[in-house]
Amino acid sequence: MTRPDAMLELDPAVVRRARALARKAAAPVVKIARSHTTVSVERATLRLAGLAGADHERVPWVNHLVTAVRDEVGLEHGVTTPVYDALLRGEAPDLTTLAQKAASGNVSFRMPTGREATAARRAAAKGVGAGLRTIDRSRATRDRLIKRHGDPKTKPWIYLIVATGDIYEDIPQAQAAAREGADIIAVIRSTGQSLLDYVPEGATREGFAGTYATQENFRLMRAALDDVSKELGRYVRLTNYASGLCMPEIAALAGMERLDMMLNDSMYGILFRDINPIRTFVDQRFSRQVHARAGIIINTGEDNYLTTADAVEAAHTVTVSQLLNERFAKEAGLEDWQLGLGHAFEINPDIPDSFRMELAHAMLARQLFPDAPLKWMPPTKHMTGDVFRGYLLDGFFNLVGAMTGQGILLVGMMTEAVVTPFLSDRDLALQNVRYVMNAASGLTEDFHPPRDGYIQTRARQVLSEAVDLLDRIVSDTDAAGDAPLLAAIADGTFGLMKRPATGGKGLDGVSERADDYDNPATTALDAWTPPAKMAGR
Amino acid sequence: MSAAKQPGQATPSSAASGSIIRPYGDTTGDGMVQMSFTLPLPHDKKAEGAALQLARKMGLDPALLVHAKAMGPDFTFFVVYGSSTHLVNLDDVHVVEREYPLLSAKDANLTIKKQLRRKLVVVGACIGTDAHTVGIDAILNIKGFAGEKGLEYYREIKVVNLGAQVLVPELVARARAEKADAVLVSQVVTQKDAHIHNTTQMSAAFREAYPAGQVPILIAGGPRFEDGSEKALGVDRIFGRGTTPGEVASYLVHEIGLRKGKKP
Repeated sequence: MTRPDAMLELDPAVVRRARALARKAAAPVVKIARSHTTVSVERATLRLAGLAGADHERVPWVNHLVTAVRDEVGLEHGVTTPVYDALLRGEAPDLTTLAQKAASGNVSFRMPTGREATAARRAAAKGVGAGLRTIDRSRATRDRLIKRHGDPKTKPWIYLIVATGDIYEDIPQAQAAAREGADIIAVIRSTGQSLLDYVPEGATREGFAGTYATQENFRLMRAALDDVSKELGRYVRLTNYASGLCMPEIAALAGMERLDMMLNDSMYGILFRDINPIRTFVDQRFSRQVHARAGIIINTGEDNYLTTADAVEAAHTVTVSQLLNERFAKEAGLEDWQLGLGHAFEINPDIPDSFRMELAHAMLARQLFPDAPLKWMPPTKHMTGDVFRGYLLDGFFNLVGAMTGQGILLVGMMTEAVVTPFLSDRDLALQNVRYVMNAASGLTEDFHPPRDGYIQTRARQVLSEAVDLLDRIVSDTDAAGDAPLLAAIADGTFGLMKRPATGGKGLDGVSERADDYDNPATTALDAWTPPAKMAGR
Repeated sequence: MSAAKQPGQATPSSAASGSIIRPYGDTTGDGMVQMSFTLPLPHDKKAEGAALQLARKMGLDPALLVHAKAMGPDFTFFVVYGSSTHLVNLDDVHVVEREYPLLSAKDANLTIKKQLRRKLVVVGACIGTDAHTVGIDAILNIKGFAGEKGLEYYREIKVVNLGAQVLVPELVARARAEKADAVLVSQVVTQKDAHIHNTTQMSAAFREAYPAGQVPILIAGGPRFEDGSEKALGVDRIFGRGTTPGEVASYLVHEIGLRKGKKP
C-alpha cells in the first residue's frame, strides 16, 4: 500500500492539539474505569479461571457465582478472593461445583483476612492465569497460522457478513464467502444480545437477524475457517462483537477461542443502546486490555454517527469519536495495527459534490491515523431499495476505498435495507469490489488533491470542527460534577442522545472498588506490555 | 402471447383509457420485464434450459436469457428478459388511499390547540429485540426526514422517544405515565416475522392495560408491514417506507378529531 504522504497538508499543530484534547477528555474517564468493577468484569475473570457452562435454564454458572458472592460480600472486593477462599476452605472441589452449590444457596462466602486472604489471592492468580495463558497460546497459534497460510495478498482486506441465526447454517455460508474472496468473516449477533446481561451457552440455532455469540459458536466457526484457510492458502479472519452488557466476557471468550477482530466501540453502547456510561467505560477498558493481549484487531463503530445524523454536518463527530477511540485503546494497551477505526460512506448522494466530500473525509481519517488499518463501511442510509442505484453507489464507495488505501473494506450489498443478502448479491458485490480495486487501486500513486482545493479545504474544516467539539467536551460541566466527557454525553453533545451517567441499562452491575479489591486478571493485564513488534506488521 | 398484439392495446391512448395494463419496456403493450435469480445448479446447457423453463412458468413468453454466470461449482446466476403474459385489471386493484388532508406543521399545531387545548402526547419506541431506530427517529427527531422536520418540531406535540429495544410492559407503563394520546412503534427486523409478533403483542398489552375505548392511537411503522393489515395487528394505522413526519402528524390530528367527535 502506498501511503498518501501529507496529501492533505494538515497543520501538524492542529493534529497535535486534537490528540491532546482527546487525551484530556479520556483521562478522568480512565480514572473511573480503574476505580470501578462490574458484574461482567468479574464474570469474565471467572471465565478466564475456567468456569463455563450453564444450568438447565441456561443461566451461566458465572452469573450464579457472581450473584451469590455479590449478595453475601459485595462486588467491591472482587469476586475471586471470596471464591477461592471458599475453594480453599473445602466448600467445593472446583469452580463448577462451587457455582452449582452457590446457585442453590449451599455455600457461604466471606472476605478472608491475613494469611487466608493471601492464600486465596494466590490461588485465584493461578486459576485466572490459566485463562490468560490460553489467550497467549491462541495468539501464538494465530501468528503461526498466518505465517503458514499467509495474509491476504492485497489490501484492503475484504470483510463480509454472515447472519442466519443458525451457527450450522452460518458455517457453510462463511466458508463459501471465504472461497468467493472474503478475507474476514463477521458473524452478526442476534439483535437482542447486546442487552442480555449474560452470555448464552452452547451451539445456537435460533437468533434474530444474527447468531448469538457463544463460546461454542466461536469455537465451531473458528475451526471451520481454519479448514478453509488451509484449503485457500490464506488465513481467513473471524470477527464478532464485544459490545453491550457482556463486553468483558465476550472479549475473554474471543481471546481464548482465537477470534481475530472484535467490534468494540468506546461509546456505542451508551449512545445507541442506552447502556449506562460508567458500566460501558469500565467494561470497555477491561475488554480492550484483553483484546490487546489477545492480538485482536478492534473495529470501532463510527458509522453509527452517520446513520443517525447528517453525514456532512456530523462528519467531525466521526473524527472526534476516532480520536477518543484511539486514546482509550492506546491507554488499554492496544497498538496502532490493532485499531480498525471506523468510518462510512453515508453522505446523501443527491447533494452536489457528495463524492468529493466522501473522499476528503476518508483521506482525513487515513492521514490522521496512518498506522491504523481503518475500517471503511458502505452506504446503508441512502440505500433506497433501488438496487441498481445502490450497486452504483457501492461502486463509488469502493472507489473511495481504493483511492485512500483503506485497511478493511466492509463489502456493500445492493440489497441493503431490502433483504438479507442473496448468494447472488454477495457475488455481484465482490465483482464490484474486484473490478474497482483492479481498475483503480493504483490511483493512490497518481491522485493528490491540489493544494487548498476543495478536498484539502473540506478535510481541514472537518478537523477544525472536531477540535472545536473536543474543546467543548473537555470544558463541559454538569451539576453532579461528573467527568467532562460524561457531562457531554449527558447533555446530548453526541447527536440528540442524552445519556446521563446515572441512567441507562446495567448501572446496578457497577461497583466502586474497595481498597482491598483484587482481580488477578486486571492486575496481570495492567502489568502486560505488548511483545516486540513483529516484522511485516 | 397474442394479447400483446391486440390492436386495442397498441396505442398509448387506448392503454391509458383501459383498465387493463401490462408492463412497459419500450413499446406500449410489449409487457417486457427483467428479472434475475439463482438456481442451485452448476452452469451448463441444462441449467440455462431450466432457467428458461422457470421464466416461462412465471409467465414470460418469449423469455430471453441474457446472462448466465457460475457462482462457485454449485450455483448459477441468471438475468432474464421477457414479455409477461399476465394482465392486470386496475378495477381489481385495491389500495388504501389517504383519507385525511395533509396539514402543514402550523395548521397541525392550530388544530391540536383548538381540539385538545393541551399538547398532544406521542410516545415512540422500537420494541422487542429491534434496535433499528432509523425509522422512528426519522419521524420523531427534530431532524426529521425528506426535508420535513420531525414531530419534536411541532409546538403542540410532546414527544417521548424511548429509543431501541424497549420492552412492551415498559412502553405501556410509560404511555400511561405520560398520558399518551398516541403510541408509535417501529419495527424493521422481519426475520421469523418478528415485526408481526412484536406488534400484535404490543397492541394486546395496550388493550389489556386500558379500559375499552381509551386505548391511545396505536401506530406501527416499518418497511415490511402489509398494507391493510391494521386489523390483524390490532393497531389503528400502519405507515410504510417513505412516510414523512407530516403525514404522521396529519393522521394524528385527523384521528384525534374523529375520536373527539365520538366521545360525549
